[in-house]
Amino acid sequence: MRTIIDWLEHRTGIESAVKNFLYEDIPASAGWHQIIGSMAVFFFVIQVFTGALLAFNYAPTPGEAYNSVKYIMTELTGGPLIRGLHHWGASMMLIIVVLHMIQVFIYGAYKKPREATWMVGVTLLLITLAFGLTGYLLPWDNRAYWGTVVTTQIASQAPLAGPYLLRLLGSQGAVGNVTFSRFYALHTVLLPPLTIILIGIHIYLVRKHGVAAAPGDTAPKRKFFPEQVFKDTVGVAVAFIILFIMAVVAKVPLERLADPTDTAYIPRPEWYFLFLFQTLKFFKGPLEMVGSVVLPGVAVLTLFLIPFIDRGPMIRLGKRTFAITFVLLAAIAWTGLTTAAVVTTPKNQESADDTETPATETPEAAPASTTAAAPTANPESQNPSAVPAAPALAAWRRLNPEELAGLGIFKKQGCLGCHPGAGQKGIGPDLTRIPANHRKVPWLVLHFKNPSEIVPGSVMPPVDLPAADLNALSLFVLTLTPQNEAALLTAPAFATQGAMVYQTNHCNACHQIHGTGSTLAPALDGVGLRHDRAWLEKHFADPASVSKDSIMPPYKFMPMDLDAICQYLLQLPKRA
Amino acid sequence: MDQSNQAQTAAVDVSPTRRAFYIGFINGVMGLVGLALAAPAAIYLLFPPKLRKEAQWVKTSDLSTIPTGTPTEIAFERQRVDGWKVTNEKATAWIVKKPNNDVVAFVPQCTHLGCAYHWDDPSHTFICPCHTSVFSIDGQVLSGPAPRPLDRYLTQVEGGKLKLGPVVESHA
Repeated sequence: MRTIIDWLEHRTGIESAVKNFLYEDIPASAGWHQIIGSMAVFFFVIQVFTGALLAFNYAPTPGEAYNSVKYIMTELTGGPLIRGLHHWGASMMLIIVVLHMIQVFIYGAYKKPREATWMVGVTLLLITLAFGLTGYLLPWDNRAYWGTVVTTQIASQAPLAGPYLLRLLGSQGAVGNVTFSRFYALHTVLLPPLTIILIGIHIYLVRKHGVAAAPGDTAPKRKFFPEQVFKDTVGVAVAFIILFIMAVVAKVPLERLADPTDTAYIPRPEWYFLFLFQTLKFFKGPLEMVGSVVLPGVAVLTLFLIPFIDRGPMIRLGKRTFAITFVLLAAIAWTGLTTAAVVTTPKNQESADDTETPATETPEAAPASTTAAAPTANPESQNPSAVPAAPALAAWRRLNPEELAGLGIFKKQGCLGCHPGAGQKGIGPDLTRIPANHRKVPWLVLHFKNPSEIVPGSVMPPVDLPAADLNALSLFVLTLTPQNEAALLTAPAFATQGAMVYQTNHCNACHQIHGTGSTLAPALDGVGLRHDRAWLEKHFADPASVSKDSIMPPYKFMPMDLDAICQYLLQLPKRA
Repeated sequence: MDQSNQAQTAAVDVSPTRRAFYIGFINGVMGLVGLALAAPAAIYLLFPPKLRKEAQWVKTSDLSTIPTGTPTEIAFERQRVDGWKVTNEKATAWIVKKPNNDVVAFVPQCTHLGCAYHWDDPSHTFICPCHTSVFSIDGQVLSGPAPRPLDRYLTQVEGGKLKLGPVVESHA
């Protein structure tokens, strides 16, 4: 080992460089209050590490970003932990950077000759905020999308530069592909190396001027290693334990997929921007720019110029009452604004659980009784074996032909394999509890065509059927309730088959059953009370032979289909 | 804070026992922190995703369209879970139909390094162009670096259609 180190030292000088770094002289007054800078560097390293890991399984396009984040969160072992470390690490890093700055501020450590160190530090704070802002968009959920819409609109209010800023952020028309790519590039390509360079310069400047000593500290200097490094390590360990617990315990939000049409969504920035969000509310109309651009701009400029504003010699901490009061007032103002923002913004109703999860967890109970066809108070639906002749109707007889055909398709496609019915464990979710925002035919049809695109992470295979069949299938699925499901699924084969024949032959173009279809020809409800099987068969073969003046064309069915449609029609109940 | 007079008396270096404690603490804690990051990272990268879908059977060509005795390459569509997506992709298989209508479906990749092989009618063998592995019509290795016979799909015939199932790796 020693020989390897000696060899390396001889060729590169690495050992003496490390020693030189570690055995730096620091003032005797240095101590616990100066550990925060090291902690900030440590958190940056954690962000780089976990960020790289996330990037290994992340697709940086609006089309797939959400799906891949969902994949990290649900499919990968340790995925939620890695994302948790990155997510909470970002917040903690910002807290630590701000604490570091407050410490330097109240000690007055920015004074001559350390002005440049301070200004590089302020730049690093702004970069940390930029990391937060750009990273916020990357999961591409509703929160990310709407938050970024607001951010880019604020940028557009900047005097003169506004339109150019907007163009630079790629969001002239709307937040979309271009904005997304630019935020991703900033977050992963531009900002990290910039941060590394600036941290390097920052540390170089700290070394050049030495750690700031307390005024009047003339005691012999000490070494940075190991005593101060020990203190730094204690700080790092405590912060890391907090971060790790947060990552394990606190759920990182992933809301629904970004939806530009969701007008009910209330955008909200990350917590550390809430005070700005609230400040904006105080300025109305043309003055809005004051809150969005002027005030933050003045604040940042003041922060930069503090070393030139406060030029006196360093004095003891106890005498820096102005600085301490200033920090306290700023903290109170920040807390007040943030609390006001939290209190006055109504909560969004949705959460990640809102989406249909392909795993066995059931979505939040949706109002199942809003379905069209089957009243939940149907007494016989609890009793699937009820005879059709009973006064209450068999569940399937309450469906219109299209819904019933949908049931046939449902069975034929083997949907039961994954959706075996309420109360039974299947791969797919319980179809009687589809969330309210998905209870629409267009949504269901799109979902059938490409499940994983509509419900990220879904393993359901696409249902490759003609549009009419997908429509019927959707209508059927929407009739399902926990009360009628079992009864519906036991519908006789002739009924579903008959309804499918009825649908494929477009009988509804002229006839009506259960109130759906056209009134061009007689309604078929209760047709069994008027005619018998032989009549029906004859009628299909040659309508005019049994019904004079009929304009219905003859239909030639396969024997099986003829049997099914006749049985189905004859069993149709008379409409009340 | 730490600017008391007590610091004035501190020596330039700490005592050897303190020093040893500090160094031990630094190494130990940093080692633990490193482990707490490295272990989840390794699990995250190395554990397979929680796949919830079994390989399924796909319908391919009509069996009657496949000639008897001559290996035929057929193309079919299948679904594959690819990371965060289920993709539809084209895949191929080499089908050998025997006179008694038994069917063997070979995975179209050489078992050496995965190159696409082809049927060479004159020599009546499958030949891999990459490293000249040669397989017989029943998939056995005749020569070359291939470590094991050709892999196969499970097959089923339903209504005259050939269905292909999961891949079964052959053994050396």
